[in-house]
Amino acid sequence: MVVDQRRTDEERTDLLFHALADATRRDIVRLVLNGEHSVSDLARRYPMSFAAVQKHVAVLERADLITKHQRGRERFVRGRIDAVRDVNLLLDELEAIWRDRMQRFGEVLAEPDESQPTNLNHHRPSNKENRHDRD
Amino acid sequence: MTVTDVRKDPTALTMTIASEWEAPIARVWQLWADPRKLERWWGPPTYPATVVDHDLRPGGAVSYYMTSPEGEKMHGWWKVVAVDEPHRLDMVDGFADADGKPNDSMPTTQFTVTLAELPSGSTRMTIESRFPSSEAMAQLIEMGMDEGIKAALGQIDDILNVAV
Repeated sequence: MVVDQRRTDEERTDLLFHALADATRRDIVRLVLNGEHSVSDLARRYPMSFAAVQKHVAVLERADLITKHQRGRERFVRGRIDAVRDVNLLLDELEAIWRDRMQRFGEVLAEPDESQPTNLNHHRPSNKENRHDRD
Repeated sequence: MTVTDVRKDPTALTMTIASEWEAPIARVWQLWADPRKLERWWGPPTYPATVVDHDLRPGGAVSYYMTSPEGEKMHGWWKVVAVDEPHRLDMVDGFADADGKPNDSMPTTQFTVTLAELPSGSTRMTIESRFPSSEAMAQLIEMGMDEGIKAALGQIDDILNVAV
């Protein structure tokens, strides 16, 4: 159902969400979005091995959430704000789908209540009675 | 616009949309409980939904399909987890094969619909979507995007013509 030209985008999205599915990685992203940190500095913050933190950093880098660069003997990590924004863009799309649904919901709700098959209400209030003018 | 609040949490994998309707709770509930009403708002006008089975009892199933402009049918299903009419509906939403059988290789979404009566007589509806995994969320958003973009092309729903 997803067209081919989207494949790359889709894979990228998968990487993004996979990267953000882990609490430590989310924490690292938050941290490095606010400023650069060295990998060894990050390793000191978490109760795990240097190698484990390095692995998390690699996952984040593959997802384009962070960039790494060498300075002196240290490797530094910086967050990519534009990538984090992408996740929000996807959620915005989802929001748009539901906003559309809610708009149609309102349109159906505004119709006179005549097609109701389950005859629960013997007295059917008119639309006017249903409306409460307020605000 | 009746949508009052939208919360998106990429780390908890949830999206929650809250709305308020100037209608009694029973009437708002009918838009979920009456298949003929449900099918008119679930799918966008370009992908109209047709509800086939509709059993809104715990363990019950709802099956539906959406028809593309080319006439292709895309099948979906709900599994009803819990119902407390007219206050709460818990269900799982998934994709189905051409014959309407649930497709297990496709991701599912969990929904909780909560309706609450406000002192004014209006009804507040909150819909929370929960994604089982980050991958599923990404996949569903990708697929839903097609639907969203097409709906956004601006065709005004036929429903408008029927409305008062």
